[in-house]
Amino acid sequence: MSGVILVRYGEIGLKGKNRIYFERMLINNIRRSLGDLQGIEVTREHGRLYVKHEDQPGKVIERLRRVFGIVSLSPARVVLLDMEAVKKGALDEVKDNLRSGDTFKVETKRANKKFPYQSPEINSMVGEYILKNIEGLKVDVKNPLYTVKIEIRENSAYIYSTSYLAPGGLPVGATGKGGLMISGGIDSPVAGWLAMKRGVEIIGIHFHSFPFTSERSKEKVVELCRVLATYGGPIKLFVVPFTRLQSEIKKNCPEKFYVTIMRRMMFRIAQKIALREGCTVLFTGENLGQVASQTLESMAVIERVVDMPVLRPLITMDKLEIIEKAKEIGTYDISIEPYEDCCTLFVPKHPATKPRLDEVEKAEENVSDYEVLVEEAVEKAESILVAPKEGVL
Amino acid sequence: MREIYLDNSATTKVIPEAVEAMLEACQIKYGNPSSLHGKGIEAEKIIRETRERIAGFLNCSSKEIFFTSGGTEANNWAVFKAAEKLKRFGKHIITTSIEHSSVLEPIKELEGRGFEVTYLSPSKEGIISLEELKRELRPDTILVSIMHANNETGALQPVFEAAEIIKNISHRAFFHVDAVQSFGKVNIDLKKERGIDFLSISAHKIHGPKGIGALFIREGLNISPFLLGGEQEGKMRAGTENLPGIAGFGAALKGLENNVEAHWEKIKELKERFVRGIKDGIRDVIINGPLDNRALPHIVNVSFPGVKGEVLVHFLEQWGIYISTGSACHSRGGSVSHVLKAMGLKREALEGAVRVSFSALNSQEEVDFAVEKFREAVEELRSL
Repeated sequence: MSGVILVRYGEIGLKGKNRIYFERMLINNIRRSLGDLQGIEVTREHGRLYVKHEDQPGKVIERLRRVFGIVSLSPARVVLLDMEAVKKGALDEVKDNLRSGDTFKVETKRANKKFPYQSPEINSMVGEYILKNIEGLKVDVKNPLYTVKIEIRENSAYIYSTSYLAPGGLPVGATGKGGLMISGGIDSPVAGWLAMKRGVEIIGIHFHSFPFTSERSKEKVVELCRVLATYGGPIKLFVVPFTRLQSEIKKNCPEKFYVTIMRRMMFRIAQKIALREGCTVLFTGENLGQVASQTLESMAVIERVVDMPVLRPLITMDKLEIIEKAKEIGTYDISIEPYEDCCTLFVPKHPATKPRLDEVEKAEENVSDYEVLVEEAVEKAESILVAPKEGVL
Repeated sequence: MREIYLDNSATTKVIPEAVEAMLEACQIKYGNPSSLHGKGIEAEKIIRETRERIAGFLNCSSKEIFFTSGGTEANNWAVFKAAEKLKRFGKHIITTSIEHSSVLEPIKELEGRGFEVTYLSPSKEGIISLEELKRELRPDTILVSIMHANNETGALQPVFEAAEIIKNISHRAFFHVDAVQSFGKVNIDLKKERGIDFLSISAHKIHGPKGIGALFIREGLNISPFLLGGEQEGKMRAGTENLPGIAGFGAALKGLENNVEAHWEKIKELKERFVRGIKDGIRDVIINGPLDNRALPHIVNVSFPGVKGEVLVHFLEQWGIYISTGSACHSRGGSVSHVLKAMGLKREALEGAVRVSFSALNSQEEVDFAVEKFREAVEELRSL
């Protein structure tokens, strides 16, 4: 089986001098995403990409629809620059999809002006040919059920009729690298996906409180990263042992500040790992007002401990919108598996929703040598390279 | 790291003899038992031998043993087909609130189809009352399903007495016994216990493989097949037989022949040693369920107030000690055990309940190590 898929990219075409850089990155990402498939060849021509393959078209399309930077794609037939071949190709393209009574039109773009017929001529010749070969069809140029598109290019003609939407955005890696603080919940994977959509390469940073949480909750995060990796390629995940710090906080700090102080420790650790890995920002799944640590006051007190910008792609979204997105990208079903993560244990009954910085800083001092514990957690973090999940998602 | 496996009511390690038998059934005697040629005949022989061994073990006819994919399928078969068979005589079913979900869910399904169900509740010790059973039996009762031993507490239910009562009061009602946990631990004589019509068993609780079990259906009941589409299992359960599973089942069972009482004593000693150890070493220990011979010898359900069961499970895991919260089948569901709840446990004991279950493969030394680690873990967790 062999075919060509026409890949359209929007935004990156507009980026002035950076255009070449973005395009190259997109091509690389496409090659990486299709790396294990048969006979892949990617070429660029006139603001389009053409992906040749010898694999199952469905599989190639499914993969390409997850590559950020692509706006839409169409599987196409490639025929010789010859009118008879174009006619036959167009007929092949429609014959399985059209039945008696249906309406259609032919739309031609002739980029190659050496081709002996002009676009309107091609339209009518191909239209006639189709009408003659399939009974009961009608041409309707205003509101057709079906449009056959023909592109006359330098070396061959392309014929297609279906387009698939892809996520758009920018090629992963094009805008930089960020550390995603990922729990097993619904929000953080969506935040990571949105960061990737804007061209950020992410690493995952997960806090694990074994034995207070199970090995399964770690597996769950790996599983979430496997889904994210289907969009942006393999993800480096750091699993940070957090139990020690958590018990020290619980033993030494007032209950209402557990969460605030715990989050501050997490940010300290995350920044250290992110810096070491060459990231310039942190991403979190925080969402305004969802829980005690996500009030404006809490976020301000928590964020104090890092210098890196902390980006929160979900900050203004409603929970339902986040859930919708999580379902769409394929992380929701994994996120709702019931293993406890480290945020649900050690949760006080009445957490402070408006913690005061001076009070929190004072309380935190009770955890003696927390810098040492933070450093230790960074050192002991386990690093896992997570490959994309296989099969249909 | 050493591994101390104390979750034997969830499943057991497969013994080498069973593995060997399975390998042989995969690599040498791999024929389809339905084939006419020699390969088929040698495969068929494995099935016949295991079937006869099970029949010998339960003292019934080998014609009354039907292989299934395990205890769950056996329970589904018994419940659905028994109810279907007798529904024209009545629509009342009696079961207990402490059954395994593979009995409860099919019965709930029948409830949705218009059957009326009475759930017998257990005492504080997790044992149902025969008096209540007597009271609830009605002329339109067509099925009673009671487990032989509970999988979470090990509490043995008076199924043999129940069988007599059911047959005396209601001649018609079928009696199904889920014996998945008790099989191989307690002798069951089906010639003597005429009142039992169906009995479910499974291989993986007795050091056999997973994915194979059996249902005893008393001869002459005229029950309909569970799966259609082949001549296997006397046309009662179509599908090419799980030959490796059946071979492994047979081999696992062989180790238990004439050995049930000795086996009971050995495991019971381990359990008693464990219970003594934690009671002496840890303050505030609650044992959920009976400890004497009214329970299986290998299961103990225990709570340490102030400690969440799930956390304890993971804490012990770091030393390679494997135990369970509640029952493995729903411990991942995030809710508390329906069995312990039915026994009226207080919230603290409910949340903290863990199940420790032994097998003949455990040693006294392992038990002592586990006790020590339980003490350490509970102390540490209570200090937080």
